Amino acid sequence: MEKIKKRREGKVIFSEYTRGAGINKLKEFSREDVLFELKESGLKGRGGAGFPTATKWMLTAAAKSDKKFVICNADEGEPGTFKDRVLLTEYPELVFDGMVIAGYTIGAKLGIVYLRGEYEYLMKPLQDYLQVMKEDNLLGNNIAGVTGFDFDINIVMGSGAYVCGEETALIESLEGHRGEARNRPPFPVNTGYMGHPTTVNNVETLAAVSHIVIKGGNWFKKVGTDKSTGSKLLSISGDCNKPGVYEVPWGTTIQEVLKLVDAKDTKAVQVGGASGICLNKTQFDRTISYEDVATGGSIMIFNENRDMLHILKNFMEFFVEESCGQCTPCRIGNVKMLEGIEMIERNDYTFSYINKLKGLAETMKVASKCGLGQSSPNPFLSIIENFREEIFNGSHGGRNGK
Amino acid sequence: MLVEEKNAVTEEIENLVKTYGSERSALMPILQEIQKKHRHISDYAQQEVARLLDIHPVEVFSFISFYSFLNTEPKGKNIIRICRTIVCDTKNKSAVVAAIERELGIKVGETTKDKKFTLEYANCIGMCDQGPAMAVNDRVYTKVTPEKAIAILSEVRG
Amino acid sequence: MENKNEKRAPVSQKAHTVEKPKNPEYIGGTVSIEINEKKISVPMGTTILEACREHGIHIPTLCHHDDLCVAGVCRICVVEVEGMRTLQASCAYPITSPIKIKTSSPMVRKARRNIIDLLISEHYGECYACVRNNNCELQSLAKEYGVDTFNFGHVQSPRFEVDLSSPSVVRDMNKCVLCKRCVRTCIDLQEVGVLEAIGRGDHTHISTFLEKPLADVICINCGQCINRCPTGALRANDPSDEIWNAIDDPNKHVVIQTAPSPRAAIGEEFGLPPGTSVTGELNTALRRIGFDKVFDTNFTADLTIIEEGTELLIRLYNALVKNDPTAIVPQFTSCSPGWVKYLEHFYPDFIDHLSSAKSPQQMFGALIKTFYAQEVKVNPEDIVTVAVMPCSAKKFECNRPEMQDSGFKDVDYGLTTRELAKMIKEAGINLPEMPKSEFDDPFGNASGAGLIFGATGGVMEAALRTVLELVTGNKVEDIFENMNIVPVRGFEGIRYAEIPVENVGPVPDLLKAYFKDWNWLKGVTLKVAVAHGTANAKKVLEDIKAGGKLSQCHFIEFMGCPGGCLGGGGQPIPTNEEIRKKRAEAIYAEDQGLPIRKSHENPHILYIYENFLTEGPCSHKSHKLLHTQYVKRGKYIA
Repeated sequence: MEKIKKRREGKVIFSEYTRGAGINKLKEFSREDVLFELKESGLKGRGGAGFPTATKWMLTAAAKSDKKFVICNADEGEPGTFKDRVLLTEYPELVFDGMVIAGYTIGAKLGIVYLRGEYEYLMKPLQDYLQVMKEDNLLGNNIAGVTGFDFDINIVMGSGAYVCGEETALIESLEGHRGEARNRPPFPVNTGYMGHPTTVNNVETLAAVSHIVIKGGNWFKKVGTDKSTGSKLLSISGDCNKPGVYEVPWGTTIQEVLKLVDAKDTKAVQVGGASGICLNKTQFDRTISYEDVATGGSIMIFNENRDMLHILKNFMEFFVEESCGQCTPCRIGNVKMLEGIEMIERNDYTFSYINKLKGLAETMKVASKCGLGQSSPNPFLSIIENFREEIFNGSHGGRNGK
Repeated sequence: MLVEEKNAVTEEIENLVKTYGSERSALMPILQEIQKKHRHISDYAQQEVARLLDIHPVEVFSFISFYSFLNTEPKGKNIIRICRTIVCDTKNKSAVVAAIERELGIKVGETTKDKKFTLEYANCIGMCDQGPAMAVNDRVYTKVTPEKAIAILSEVRG
Repeated sequence: MENKNEKRAPVSQKAHTVEKPKNPEYIGGTVSIEINEKKISVPMGTTILEACREHGIHIPTLCHHDDLCVAGVCRICVVEVEGMRTLQASCAYPITSPIKIKTSSPMVRKARRNIIDLLISEHYGECYACVRNNNCELQSLAKEYGVDTFNFGHVQSPRFEVDLSSPSVVRDMNKCVLCKRCVRTCIDLQEVGVLEAIGRGDHTHISTFLEKPLADVICINCGQCINRCPTGALRANDPSDEIWNAIDDPNKHVVIQTAPSPRAAIGEEFGLPPGTSVTGELNTALRRIGFDKVFDTNFTADLTIIEEGTELLIRLYNALVKNDPTAIVPQFTSCSPGWVKYLEHFYPDFIDHLSSAKSPQQMFGALIKTFYAQEVKVNPEDIVTVAVMPCSAKKFECNRPEMQDSGFKDVDYGLTTRELAKMIKEAGINLPEMPKSEFDDPFGNASGAGLIFGATGGVMEAALRTVLELVTGNKVEDIFENMNIVPVRGFEGIRYAEIPVENVGPVPDLLKAYFKDWNWLKGVTLKVAVAHGTANAKKVLEDIKAGGKLSQCHFIEFMGCPGGCLGGGGQPIPTNEEIRKKRAEAIYAEDQGLPIRKSHENPHILYIYENFLTEGPCSHKSHKLLHTQYVKRGKYIA
């Protein structure tokens, strides 16, 4: 694979790393050593949910089964997210080394990359890269000369379904089913792909693991905050002069991010993609962290010219279409939200109905079957709340008292 | 459908099953291959896939209907997907769409009469930092302007 | 049902539950939990729903069905589990740790109400114009949660065309709540695979392959989906208006036959507990409605035993003695039209195994328009025959083009138990209060053997009662206590039995045309099997294909529906294993109390062979009227 020259800066993910280093480290590192460093690092899942990676791997490692699987969730579908694309294009060694380390630690022989269909053009280069890894004995049998350390990686492509980013929906899709989330418990760490214990990790999480194995958990947690250790890759887009992928320590404020990308006249920042929350000016001192505003990495910036209701409508149209449609709150709830937005658009609403919708949104957050329906009301609730002046009074170029 | 055509489809799917196996987990890659080659998955192909994987045809149909990139009706040779997610939307996506619609004489969701182009919306294709983004088949174009879009179309048309 | 979690089930709909300990008494076998601050102990792996039901705590459900695997999609049954951010679907949550559950907290109640409101907002139609009025789970939920207004609006126009193509099953997806019970029934319980969810997001709906009308796909018309639909989205194709017209027409002679299963279940529609047989009351009610004659389908069930039994003996003779390769064994029963169509679609190469004998319904139709018409001197053109069946597939069967051997459509209408109940109510009759009366001549009351056709294993038992007695000359009651052939009874999916023929007797007169003696059967062990539900039928057929134990069988009874006819797609709703057991008990109890319990001892059967089918069973005339052929349909849909 033709390497794009690295020009990115960052304290953790974009720090120096030699291809295969993490794998070769396993010659002297036991599974327990890996788990120890991971635990020490405090690494949490980078997809957004933030489950401690060490715990996930320990549970998978402890589960009894003749087969186990590592799945790399590269179904990066959250609107406004493209960090995984950058990692897979520019830093595949971090991701694949991380998968091999995962396989070693939990005792899996096979890793599967679930690559979103939209990234089909990455298929060929990634496969070429895997071929090189095999030639270098970083994949295959007796990896790095360690007898019995066998691991292989397959890449499977999705076909355009956002919900497959949800880990159990992803597994369903891999098994040849509609991408409908499963009931949990039991969790994939016990009953995952083909019913076997499976760890599903985000691309960025696996990339972080490769660094942690080499540099240690202590090194990792020096960056970030107490509860949010390490750094976060942000995919920043929208109204700013320097959009792109940035690595920032957890705990960075929105204000700092805006400065970093040279954003002017910012009215709103949508953190966490369509399923995230939308902040107004008074909230730009909030920090990006698990304890404050958590995110899988999507930051969308909107300036004073943007119509918040239009933005909200765009998000809800997305969810109406991308809901898998199996559970009631998500399938119908999102439609009701969208209809509500259209009512506001037409100036044909009552506040009592908007309040009903807010109640419905709370129900969706707790009663939907998977993360999609549990988070899709976020933009509705946060935009209606944080931009209520504009939305209902038209004072900021919005409805304008139509 | 002629018998020879049917036999050809069957043979093709049998070969795919040899490559990907006959477990249900092979369903996605098999359908993707068929989709890529024929630009849709025909009624007959669906039933043959079902037969060879030992599942019900309605399950194959249901699966296809779930995923945006799989379809049962033939599409154009080139599929143009324009990102409609909010960031691309704010970067003047609608001007690009309007230009393409005029150029091809079709609306979003339609296929040109000569079956060369199908125009669709896509949800976020991961190019928000360089929007508006548009994909033609598996190639992605960024910072698309109406002029650039038309140039891309003529390039694709060849 | 034993096949709840088969591999074929859509994985997302499987119960990914923890295996329950075989003996909960062991240490770690149980777990102590708190439900609404009440401490209880449950076996490890019990779902919250099961635990609550066990302890009398009501939790509303919609997508859950006792016969089906877990789905967890409607979210009505959500409860609060302490320490968890979101609510949990109680039907899908296996208890493995000492959790604290609240089943009716404010958050739970609000969520349930919102979910019900959402479902209702998309549920098109008015309750008073619905076949499931007063027996609808959505309606009950709305009532339970005091829904008095459409909080999130209400659809004003239908979004789907009603699919009336099938003679058996009508699909009105405007009423669908997407619980997927029909999908799980069709794919998982029956393994027919006609229905699945199509589309995604708000476009999701239940449909068929290529969205074709039901009549054009491989639906076997079993109607099990109807029995499990919580609303009126699925219903049987109801011919009662046409039947009323016939009754009201003075020029029509309208006769009705009633099958045993409806008689053991129709009481449920009138508030009687499951397992209450109302045969005599029903006879009176039918006459009061205006049917000219009321006949017992069991009569032709007895006739089926004679015809099918003779056919079996001929097949066995040709196979065992003559080594005739065209004599195909095992012989399969053919009285379940759902099963027959299943075989025609899925295993067309096996259709020669099917007995050529028509089902009792169709035999009756052919006899009514020939033999009976002669006896009572009515022009068969003016006779309308109605069959009350537990079955939706019977509607398809009577419309098969082959079924016109009398020169007319042998059976004009197949009517389900539910539809008949509706007609009785419409006539202002309270069925349980009716005085009892007998069936009409010339067919009269039938034997208990015909009666037990209603339960899985019943055809086999009836056949064995006759065949064993005709061959050995011994009384069946001397071989099996009380004449109850227990090895073929029960609800196990597939049952197998071996019955040795130790001695043989003289050939009875009825069969003298075919056999000189029974010596060739002496020492033979009859191998028989029984399967119910097409998923089990599939297992049997695969075993035969693979040359397994069942391929050595002589005779196999297949029923399309779980439990046999008593669990048929036309039976009262709801259905579950408990209800089906009660209906079976009612049928077996009625058999036990009858004076005649063997088909060949039914005097009316003997009369018909003496006076009408004078050449005997499986003769030319009986073949013309009482036997049929089948179609190799296959699965391919053009």
